[in-house]
This record gives sequence, structure tokens and C-alpha cells, in this order.
Amino acid sequence: MNAFRRISVGNSLFTLFGIVWLIIGCYPVFYILTTSLRSQNGYLLGNPWLPPLHPTLQNYGVVIQSGFVRSFINSAIVSVSTVLLIVAFSLFLSYVVVRTRNPVVKAVFNWFVVGLAIPVQAAIIPVYILITKLGLYDTLLGMILPMVAFALPLSTLILVNFVRDIPNELYEAMGIEGANDFQIVLRLVAPLARPALISVAVYQFVQSWNNFLFPLVLTQSASVRVLPLAIVQFQGEHTMDVPVTMAAVVFSAIPLFLAYIFGGRYLRQGMLAGFGK
Amino acid sequence: MITERLNLSRVLMMLPAVIFFAAFALIPMCVAVYYSGLNWSGVGSATWVGLANWRSMLASGELWHSFWLTIALMFWCWILQNPLGLIIGVFTAGSQRHRAVFGALYFIPLLFSSVAIGVTWSYILNPTFGLMDDLLKALGIGNGFENWLGNPHIALFVVACIISWQYIPFNALLYQSGVRQIPRSLYEAAMIDGAGPIRTFFSITLPQLKYTITTTTVLILTGTLTYFDLIYVVTNGGPGDATQVLAIDMYKQAFTNLNIGAGSVIAVVLAVFGLLLSIITLKFTGFNKMESQMEGV
Repeated sequence: MNAFRRISVGNSLFTLFGIVWLIIGCYPVFYILTTSLRSQNGYLLGNPWLPPLHPTLQNYGVVIQSGFVRSFINSAIVSVSTVLLIVAFSLFLSYVVVRTRNPVVKAVFNWFVVGLAIPVQAAIIPVYILITKLGLYDTLLGMILPMVAFALPLSTLILVNFVRDIPNELYEAMGIEGANDFQIVLRLVAPLARPALISVAVYQFVQSWNNFLFPLVLTQSASVRVLPLAIVQFQGEHTMDVPVTMAAVVFSAIPLFLAYIFGGRYLRQGMLAGFGK
Repeated sequence: MITERLNLSRVLMMLPAVIFFAAFALIPMCVAVYYSGLNWSGVGSATWVGLANWRSMLASGELWHSFWLTIALMFWCWILQNPLGLIIGVFTAGSQRHRAVFGALYFIPLLFSSVAIGVTWSYILNPTFGLMDDLLKALGIGNGFENWLGNPHIALFVVACIISWQYIPFNALLYQSGVRQIPRSLYEAAMIDGAGPIRTFFSITLPQLKYTITTTTVLILTGTLTYFDLIYVVTNGGPGDATQVLAIDMYKQAFTNLNIGAGSVIAVVLAVFGLLLSIITLKFTGFNKMESQMEGV
């Protein structure tokens, strides 16, 4: 009886801890959402801890008029193309790595493992010079190319570990049917590796949607500005106007919020697959 | 029997990944070593100056300052993220219904970009209209006018707190999946032996999580080494140079001062640092052991 009481006291304390962390972890999110609905005057007058008495959507109007729709489209183009290229390239590479016995392939794979440790910052200066020389400075493509390159090592490693588990008999069966390498990848490997492909796609989408360093260094015009850059720019112009900036923050996170509501499980699995590199 | 030889179609399959990786990641990293020996603004002509950039960077003290700040930031991030992530992970791994709901809510900060989080926290911590000073004043702590990000003595620690706020949910998620992989029989045995929850935690949960602890440690250290976005937004290295870690220093040298040589010196230091960290951790653990942590989410 005594031990039972001790456990339940411990449990309550643990729940209390959980509630405290819930407040620390989620209050800032709540603050972002409620502040974005506040009018600029209300922000300095009303109690900033509580939701506004007269919520308004006018901040979102300001955000939309300030070119955020353009940035949203740019971010979508960059993220979707980046993810498609990463998934296709790393799927093909991982199939070759798993199914080929060859010293060259082995060496390539080892270089990709080393590549996992390359920090983006270590290469950003030469990448900037290279993109400029290619005439791709200040273009969406100029951001996409290095983003794909830096995402390949991790994506390939995850897929190789997955493709390795596909039993040999299945390849043999397709080989007997006379399927070539491309058919094997598209009809056998891709469907079987679906969970890993989804993880890679989700993780890399979040990474490119939120990427800041490449756009910061490789672009300057408003016409190619992506969302994280747009937020910084916007904050610079509206330093004292907190509600408008918070509306910009919410606006930029809409796709990830929707993804979390409708596919939270995939999102959590995908985030873990990438180890937050 | 299907081939295991490297035929033409397989070469074609490898090529896109290899070309992209070589052209935009591997070769640039090597070129950074070359750039570190140039006197160059990025446009116009460059002069080869050998090790002059290295000598002046090492002598100026700026590089060392950034280096120690980076180490300090890694230390604070580890101390703040690992124990809290562990406790929260154990909490959300429990089977109670409310814990699953909490776990789903804890994840939400991970949906925001570092830029968004940086902007938000700089408002919350603003000394004129921020909420933090209001709160502390209401609680009777401090004078209500603390300039969190403008005080050089605490700015780095405050930045570490914001970074940790962002990433603790991620570490908790890793720990949660680690805890769920611990065999139930170990807990049943402990219960039969009459061990209390604290005892069970220290003699079963903690030792069973050793690979997860290694994984989170590696990720926190390598992640913090190159952490840029949030610091750029929140303090941009300031006040003065109080939060000017290596990544910020590199950016400022190369893209603000247009000193490609000096920026490349820092870039090379970052690369060597990163590679060393990875080699050390690969010695302690294998990637496969880290990989096994993602099961059971």
C-alpha cells in the first residue's frame, strides 16, 4: 500500500513536470498565434499574455500585400524540386551501392559517408563563387543545386540501409523475367522502400522549406526571395510591429502545420530519420 | 541470375548523385582550402598569399575567441538539451493517454524555422516590450529591465537556451523511441524485486539508453558546431563579439568584409572540427547503431 502511494505521488510529480514543459514548449507558439491576431495598437495597450479581445486578420492582409505570396510560391518551387531530385538521385544510387560488387562503387559510397560530416558552412564560400560563375546567382535553380548536393549523403545512407533488407530472391525473380536495372528500381525497389522514401522526402522537405543559409548567400532580389529570408527582411522593416511579424511567421509555417495535423506520424518518423543534421 | 557487375545502366544511375555531390559539396570543400591562401574580395583579381591569412587569423585572437565561444555553446547546448530531452522522452514514452497528447504538442516547435523562432524569441526577450521581463517582474524576480540579448555576459547562454528550446523536442523524440525499445521483461523483473521508479530508472532505463545518449550527444555537438540561422537573426554575433561563433565569424569575414581568404580559413577550421567529431564518434559507435534508434517510433 505504501509503495503504491509512493508510485502515485511520483506519477503526479512527473505529470506536473510534463505540464510545466508543456507551458515552456507551447506558450511561445500560443504567443505567436494570438499575437498575429492582435491589432498593432492593442499590442502595446492590452495584456500581451492573453489572447486579444478583438482578434483581427488585418495583419495577414499586410503580410500578403508585402510579397509573401511570391515568397511562398518560391519556397514551394525550391522545396518540391529539391525533394524530387534528392529522392530520385539517392534511390538510384542506393540501388547501385547495394546490388553492385565493384571497388569504384564502394569508394563512391565511402565518400558519401565522409560527406555526411561536411558542414555546409565549410563549403559555402566556394559554392557562392561557383554559382556566381555559372550565372545562377539570384535564381531559384542556384539554390536548388547545392541544397540537393548537401542532402544526398544522409538520404543515400538511409535508403542504402533500407534497400539492403530487400531479399535477394525478389531481385532474382525479376531478373528471370528479364527486367533491366531501371525496371527493377521502379517496380521492385521503389514500392518496397516506400516507408524510407517517405521519411527522406518529409525530412528533406522540412529542411529545404526552412533553409536559410543558401538563400541568404545565393540570392538578393525580392522576386526569388524564399520565406525564411522574407521573414528577416520583413522584421527589419517592421521592427516595432510585432503582430505583423508574427503573422508572417504563422504564414510561413502553414504547410508544415497542415502536414503535422494530417500526417503527424510520418512527420515524426521523417524527422528522426534525418537526425536533425 | 542477375548481374552484380557495374554495367552501363548502373553507371548512369549513379552519375546524377555523384556529379551533384562532387560539384556542389566535395570539391567546394577542397577549394575552400585553396581560397584560404588567397587575398581576394570575391570579384576582381586574386593574389596568392600562402599562409599569410592563417598567420594573421591565428595572431589576431578573433579566431580563438570564436573557437572558444563555439566550444562554450556546444557545452551549454549539451547540458541543457540532453538531460531535459531524456526526462521528457521517458515521460512521453509512458502508455498513459495524456502523455501521448502532450508528446504531440511538444513536437510543435519543430515545425518552425530557426529564423521564425529567432524572431519570436527576440520579441519575447525584448527589454522594452518583451514578455519575459514582465513575467519576472510579476514574480518579483529582477528589476524587469534585463536586456537578455544585449548583455554580453549572458547573451551566449540565452542563445543556448533558445536553441535548446527548439531542439529539446527532437532529442525527446529520440529518447522516446529509445525507451520504447527497452524490453518490458526488464521492468517486470525490477518490479518483482521491489525496485521503486527512481531505482528502476537508474538501473534499467538509463543503462539501456546508452546508444541513444551517444546519438543525441553526437547530434547536439555536430549541430551546434555549425549553428548559424538563429544566431544570425537574434544577435548577429553581438553584442560586440559576445556570440560570434565560428559560423557567424566565417559569414561576416567572407560576405560582409568581403575577405574571402579569412572566411575560408574559418571554413577550413569548421570542416576539420566537424570531420574530427565524426571520426571520434564513429570510433565509439557505428552508424548502424544510431540507425536502430529510429525504430519503434
